[in-house]
Amino acid sequence: MQPTAHDFKSNARAALADKQLQDALSGLPGGLVAQRAAARARLPEFDGLRDYGRDLRNHTLEHLDVYLERYETALIKAGGHVHWAANGEEACAAILRICQEAGAKLVTKGKSMVSEEIGLNARLEGAGLEVVETDLGEYILQIRHETPSHIIAPAIHLTQGQVEADFRREHAHLPANRRLVDPAELVDEARQILREKFTGADVGITGANFLIAETGSSIIVTNEGNGDLTQSLAKVHVVITSIDKVVPTLDDASALLRLLARSATGQEITSYTTFSTGPRHDGDPDGPEAYHVVLLDNGRTELLGSEFREVLRCIRCGACMNHCPVYNAVGGHAYGWVYPGPIGAVLNPGFIGIEEAGNLPNASTFCGRCEAVCPMRIPLPKLMRHWREREFAGGGTPFSTRIALKSWAALARRPWAYHFLARLTSRAMKIASGRNGAFRWLPFAAGWTGGRDFPAPQGSTFQELWAARQKQAAKKRSGR
Amino acid sequence: MSHPGGAKTSRDSILSKIRASLGATQNDPARLAAAEKRLIAKPRAAPPQRVAAAGTDLVARFKEELQRQLATVVETAGAPEIPAVIAEYLRANNQPLRLRHGNDPYLSSLDFAETPGFKTFQGRAAPDDTTGLSAAFAGIAETGTMALTSGADNPVTLGFLPDTHIIVVPQSRIVATFEDAFARLRQERGHTPMPRTLNLISGPSRTADIGGRIVIGAHGPRRLLAIITGDH
Ligand code: SF4
Repeated sequence: MQPTAHDFKSNARAALADKQLQDALSGLPGGLVAQRAAARARLPEFDGLRDYGRDLRNHTLEHLDVYLERYETALIKAGGHVHWAANGEEACAAILRICQEAGAKLVTKGKSMVSEEIGLNARLEGAGLEVVETDLGEYILQIRHETPSHIIAPAIHLTQGQVEADFRREHAHLPANRRLVDPAELVDEARQILREKFTGADVGITGANFLIAETGSSIIVTNEGNGDLTQSLAKVHVVITSIDKVVPTLDDASALLRLLARSATGQEITSYTTFSTGPRHDGDPDGPEAYHVVLLDNGRTELLGSEFREVLRCIRCGACMNHCPVYNAVGGHAYGWVYPGPIGAVLNPGFIGIEEAGNLPNASTFCGRCEAVCPMRIPLPKLMRHWREREFAGGGTPFSTRIALKSWAALARRPWAYHFLARLTSRAMKIASGRNGAFRWLPFAAGWTGGRDFPAPQGSTFQELWAARQKQAAKKRSGR
Repeated sequence: MSHPGGAKTSRDSILSKIRASLGATQNDPARLAAAEKRLIAKPRAAPPQRVAAAGTDLVARFKEELQRQLATVVETAGAPEIPAVIAEYLRANNQPLRLRHGNDPYLSSLDFAETPGFKTFQGRAAPDDTTGLSAAFAGIAETGTMALTSGADNPVTLGFLPDTHIIVVPQSRIVATFEDAFARLRQERGHTPMPRTLNLISGPSRTADIGGRIVIGAHGPRRLLAIITGDH
C-alpha cells in the first residue's frame, strides 16, 4: 500500500468535511465502546487478566526466538510448511510460488491486516490470479478499490446506502429492481455471490490471531465463518502472519482469547475461534491437502530491540481506536497507512519510517484513553512521545515547526522581548478578530481552525493578569 | 521445505536479529529452560468466578451463555429423544427434513425412523445440504462454547456450508473453561492432541459489516441448535 501518512493533516481536513464519512462514524465506533464496557462489567476478572496477558506477552517476547523455533518444529511435525520472510517482498514471493505450484487460478482470502501490510492482493493479481476477499467488509472494500479503515471493522467508514450502490453497480447481472433495503438483504446477496467463490477456490489464504508453540497451530477469530470456508474448501491453506503472534501454549491462548473479543466488539467470544494444525489427516474427508505458514518480520525485530518493544504485545483488538477522539473524528483512512488509530500511530512509523509517518504520533490529544482500555496495557501515549522525540532528534519535524519552536525558545529566554511581543500580538489579535472574539481561520494554525474556532485573546496577556492578581492579593493582605 | 536456499537465509537472519535485539545468545541454557518450563507446566490464568465459584451449575451456565449468543439450546435425557427434537426444530424453521453427519458412532446410532420421510446422509458437506449435524468433543461453560474436532466422524464442512447447524453436546463433556477442554484434548487424543481443525463454536454466523447492524447468517449457518444430552 502506498502510504499517504505524510498527508495526515490534509487527509484529516478532508475527512472532517466528508459528510458521508461523518454519518458513518456517528454511531460507531461509539457502540463498540459501550459494548466493551458491558462485557468488562460481566467479567470481574477482566482487569486482572490484562495484567496476566501483559506479563505473558512480555515473557514470550523475551524468548521469542525460542518459541518460534518450537512452533516451527511442532508445525513441521504436523505436516505443515514454514516460510520465513524478512520483508513484504519475500512474503509475497513465497505465497505467489505456493499458488503457482498448486496451479491456482482462484484464491479466496479471509481477513488479514498483515496481507494489507505487504500488498499481497496486488502482487497476486499482477501475476494473473483472481483474488477474492471473503470477509464481508473486505469484500465491499475490494469492489470499491479501497483499504480497511479499521482493523476489525474494515468498512466502518461506509454507510448502508453506499454499500447498496456498490452492489447495484458490481452485481449488474442481478435484477435491477431487486430489494436491497435491509442490511440482511445486502448480506444475503454477498453470501450468494461468495458461495461460488468458496467452492471454486484453489488456494485459501487467512491471517492468524495467534500461533501456538506447543502444538504448531494457527488461530483465527471470526464471526462470519468466511475464514473457515476459505480454509476448509480450498486444496491449499496459506496462513500469512507475523513473528509477534506466537504464544507458548493453548492455555496462554485461552487467557488472551478471554480479552480479545471483549475488548474488540464486547462479545464474550466470537462465533468462531478456529485452530488449524497442518493439512488434513489420513482419513479426513475434508480440509486442505497442504498447509503453509508465512512468518513475516518486516521491521518487527527492530521494534523488539528498541524502546518500542511493548507495542509488539498488541493483539489487534481495535479498542484503542474505538476510544480515540482523533480516530472518531477523522476515521481510519486519514492515517494514511495500514494501521489506523493509536496503534497505527506507534506501528506505522516503525514500518514505513518516521519521515513518512511523522505526523501520526502527533495526531493525538494525549488524553490517555487508548492506554486505559488496551487489554495488553501498552503505554501508547508514551510510545507516541518516543516517536516525537526521535522525529525531532532526527530532523523529521517539518522545518516551519522547528523555526517556530526555536524562535519561541529564544524569546522565552529573554523575558523583556517575550512580554513585549506577547502584548503586541494579543492586542493585535483582539482587534483583528472582530466582534465575536474568535478567529475562523488563522495563518500557521489552519489545523486548529479547520475544525473549530480559535478564541482571540481578550485584552491582557497571562503575565499581565498574573501581575495584576498578585498586586490585588497584596493589597488585600495589607488592607486587613 | 520446498525452497531451502532462500528460506533458510531469512530464517536464520530473523532469528539472529531477534537474539541481537534481546541481547541474547543462541542456545543460552537459562532461556531455553525458561521456555521449556512454561511449555511443560502450562500455567493457567485464574478461572473466571462465573464457572469456578463453589456450587456452580456448569450445564446451566453453558446454556445461558450460549443462548445469549443467539443459539437455541434444548436439554434431552438421551439419544432416543434427539431425532424428535431435531425434526421439530427443522419444521419450526421451515427446513426440509434431511440432514448430513459424519461417521460418529453416537450420531450414526440415532434413529429417525419415527419421523416419516426424514432423510439422513453421511460424509462431508455438499453445497446443497441444508442441515449439518455434529457431535461436540466438549462444551465450555464459561462462554457457552462447543469444541468440535474435525475428522471422518465430524467433517468440518458440516458446520459451515449448510444453513442450519445442529450440535449434540453430551452433558458429561461440559467443562468449566477453555483450559479444561484443552486438558481433555491432550488426555484423550494422546500424541496428536490437535485435529486438523479444532472449531470453537459459540453461536450462528453473523456480521456487523454493513452500517454496524448485526445480521445473523453471514457466510456460515443462519441458525444453530445445541442439544445437551444425558446418558440415556
Ligand atoms: S494497542 Fe492495545 S487496544 Fe490497540 S489494538 Fe493493540 S491490543 Fe488493542
